[in-house]
Amino acid sequence: MKRLRDRDDLERMRQEALSKRPERFISLGMGTASRAHGAEAVYETLKDEVTRRGMDVPVKATGDHGLCGYAPVMVIYPEGLLYHSAKPSDVSDILDALERDEVVDRLLYANPLTKETFTYEKDIPFYKKQMRLVMGLMESVESLSVEDYLCYGGFSALAKAMLDMEPQAIIQEVISSGLRGRGGAGFRTGWKWEDAANRSSPIKYIICNGDEGDPGAYMDRCLLEGLPFEVLEGMIIGAYAIGAHEGFVYVRKEYPLATHNVQEAIGVLKELCLLGNDILGSGFDFDIQVVRGGGAFVCGESSALIASVEGRVGEPRSKHVHATESGLWGRPTVLNNVETLANVPFIVDRGGEWFASIGTKESKGTKVFSLAGDIYNTGLVEVPMGITLREVVYDIGGGIQGGNAFKAVQTGGPSGGCLPDSQLGLPVDFDTLDAAGSMMGSGGMIIMDENTCMVDVARYFVKFLTEESCGKCVPCREGLKHMLEILNRITQGEGTMEDVDLLDELGYVVAHASLCGLGKSAPNPVLSTLRYFRDEYVEHVRDKKCRAGVCKALVRYEIDAQACTGCRVCFKACPVDAISGEPEEVHVIDQGKCIKCGICKDVCKFDAVKVV
Amino acid sequence: MAMAEVMVENLEKSVEEVMARHGNNPARMIEILQDLQDIYGYLPEEVLKEVSRQTEVPLARVYHVATFFKAFTLKPRGKYTIQVCTGTACHVKGSYRVLERFEDVLGIKPGDTTNDLYFTLETVNCVGCCALGPVVIINGRYYGHVSPVQVGSLIKEYREQ
Repeated sequence: MKRLRDRDDLERMRQEALSKRPERFISLGMGTASRAHGAEAVYETLKDEVTRRGMDVPVKATGDHGLCGYAPVMVIYPEGLLYHSAKPSDVSDILDALERDEVVDRLLYANPLTKETFTYEKDIPFYKKQMRLVMGLMESVESLSVEDYLCYGGFSALAKAMLDMEPQAIIQEVISSGLRGRGGAGFRTGWKWEDAANRSSPIKYIICNGDEGDPGAYMDRCLLEGLPFEVLEGMIIGAYAIGAHEGFVYVRKEYPLATHNVQEAIGVLKELCLLGNDILGSGFDFDIQVVRGGGAFVCGESSALIASVEGRVGEPRSKHVHATESGLWGRPTVLNNVETLANVPFIVDRGGEWFASIGTKESKGTKVFSLAGDIYNTGLVEVPMGITLREVVYDIGGGIQGGNAFKAVQTGGPSGGCLPDSQLGLPVDFDTLDAAGSMMGSGGMIIMDENTCMVDVARYFVKFLTEESCGKCVPCREGLKHMLEILNRITQGEGTMEDVDLLDELGYVVAHASLCGLGKSAPNPVLSTLRYFRDEYVEHVRDKKCRAGVCKALVRYEIDAQACTGCRVCFKACPVDAISGEPEEVHVIDQGKCIKCGICKDVCKFDAVKVV
Repeated sequence: MAMAEVMVENLEKSVEEVMARHGNNPARMIEILQDLQDIYGYLPEEVLKEVSRQTEVPLARVYHVATFFKAFTLKPRGKYTIQVCTGTACHVKGSYRVLERFEDVLGIKPGDTTNDLYFTLETVNCVGCCALGPVVIINGRYYGHVSPVQVGSLIKEYREQ
C-alpha cells in the first residue's frame, strides 16, 4: 500500500476507491454472533458460487448487522434486500433469484406476530425506529477494507482535525457536542480531553477501553470487529487533541475476533502512515498498541485498567487524583470507551452543534444498546437518546416472545437495575435512568418475562460482583459476600423478613463506602428489585413460593394427568429415572429422585409438565 | 515425566522468545503470561519462576497477576475446554440449568478437569453473543440455544472424536 503523505494523497486514494466502488454487492454479517450461526460456511459458498457463475457481485464480510437473533443476515445492495438465517444450501437459490431479478420469499424477515413479510431492510420495524450513526457504516463497509471505509467518507474527519483545526478547537467542538462517555459513567468527554490537554507533561497517553465486561453488552465487540477504522480514527483525533503520542486499545480476552481485527486495522494504518510519524504531513506522531485484557470485570474501571496495562493486577485506587492528571505510568491519560471514540469522527465532520441537536437536554447523540433476553428481535440497536424504553422493547424489540407477560427490563449491566412495566415510559438518557434506580451503563438491555424470578436475578448479579470484586476494600469485599449469603438463604426458602430489611441496609453501606465504581454501584440490582419487586421477596420469605418457578428449593415438577398422553418422551429423557408410567398411560414423577433439572418440561410436546 | 523434562529443557528459550515478542518489557506481563499459557496450555510453577527470573519481577508479583486474572490457570487442562456462558442474557435463558447438566454428566465443578484429562469445565461471563443464549463454547466452537437435553449428546460427540 502506498504511503499517504498529505491530504492530496488521501483524496487520491479515496477517488481511486470510489471509481472502483461497486453499485451491486452482497453484505454478509460476519461478527462473532454471525459466525456462531454458521456465517463462515455461507460466506465461502457464496464467494465460490459467485465466481463459478462469473457474476460481478462482490461479497463483503462486514460486522454483525444488528439483527443477531436472525443471523446470518445478508443484505443485497443497492436495493437493500434483506435475507436472514441463510444456510450454504440457500446460496444457489439466492443467486438464481438475483440473476432473474426475483426474491427468495422463504428467507425474508417476517414479523413474528403478524407474519407480515418485509423485502427491504429499511421497512423492517426493527430498523425503522433506529438512528444508526456509529453503526451506520456497519453493513456497507467490509470490516478490514480501508478502501471501503474511504468510499464512505472515512478519515475525512481526521484530515480536517489535523490539517484545519487547532487541538483546542477540536476540544471545543467535542464540548459543544455534549458527548458523554458511553462506557457507563457518562462523564463529559470534552472536559476530560480539555483537562488532559491543559497538562504540561511532554508525555501523555490515550487508552481506548474495550474491556466490555458487562455481561449482556456487546456493542464494543461489534464496533471493534466491524468498524475498527472508525474507532481508530476517533482515537487518533483524540490523541491529536490532547497531545498524546502513544495509545493503547485494551480488548477483552473473550473477544478474539475483535482483537484480531483491531490489530489488522492498526497494521493497515501503519502501512498508510495514518499511524506513525508525521501523519498526513501534520508533523504529529502517534502510535497504537493492542493490549489483551486478562479477564477481570473490575478492569473496566479506569484506574484498574491502567494498572493492568502497566502489567500489574487490576486493583483500583482512590480517584482524588484523576487519570487526566496522573494516569498510566504517572502521566496524564485519557481513557475513552470504544463507542465514545466512534462518535468523534462524526462530531468533527459535522460539528458539535449538529450532534447536540440529537437527544435530550443532558444526553446528546445516539446510544447503541444490545437487546437480549425474552424478546423477539434480539441484537444491537442504535437509538437517539430520549427514545422511551417502551419503544425500544416493543417497537424495535418486537415485544415479548411466546405471548408471555413482560416483567422487567434490566439496563446498565450487573451494577444496573431492573425496571418494571410502570417505568417503561421513561426516556432513555443518563440522568433519567439513574433517578429511576438503574443506569445507562455501557448499554446492555435485557428483557425479562414472567418466567424470570427477580430475587434470583438479584442473587445472580450479586454473585457475579462478589466473584469479580478485587478484594481491596472491605465494604465491597465483605458487604457483597453477606448480601449474597442472604440472597442465597432467601432463594432457598430460609430467609426471614429481617433479612430483607438487612439487604436494604447493607446495600446502602456498600454503595456509600466502597472505593471504586464497582462497589458503589454493586447494590443497584438488589436495591432496584427491592424497590419495584418487593412482593416477590416477601413471597419467597413468607409463603416459601417462587412464582416464576426458578428457585429450585421452592418448586417441584409435576405431570398434569389431563394433558399427559403417555408418549414416554420424558420417561426416556429423565437423567435420573425419576419418571414412571406405562406407554399411553399417565406418567408420574418420583419427587424423591427428581433433581429438578427441568429436562422433562423441555422435551414434553403437550405442555403436561408443570412447575408448582 | 518425559513431557515435563522436555518442557523444562525448552523453558528458558520459550520464555526468552515470548519476552522478545513483547520487547522484553515486564509491563507486558499479562500478554507474556497469555502467550506462555498458549504454549503450555496452563501456567506451571516452573514457567512462573522462569518468568520471574528473566523479567526480574518478584515471583510473588508474577503469582499475583497469574492468580488475579481469569485468563490464567495454574492447573493442566483437558483436551476439550467446555465454556458455559453465564452472562445475564444466557442466565435469563436458563444457562444455569445447562451448567448443572454438564456438572452432573462430567462429575466436575467449573474450573476442574475430568480425571481422564478429556474435559475442562469453565464458566464465562458473556461472550457477546447474547442473542444466541444459552451459549456453550467447546474449544472455540460456538453452540447457540443449547438446552440441557443436548448436553449428553454433545459430550458423547466429543468423547468419540
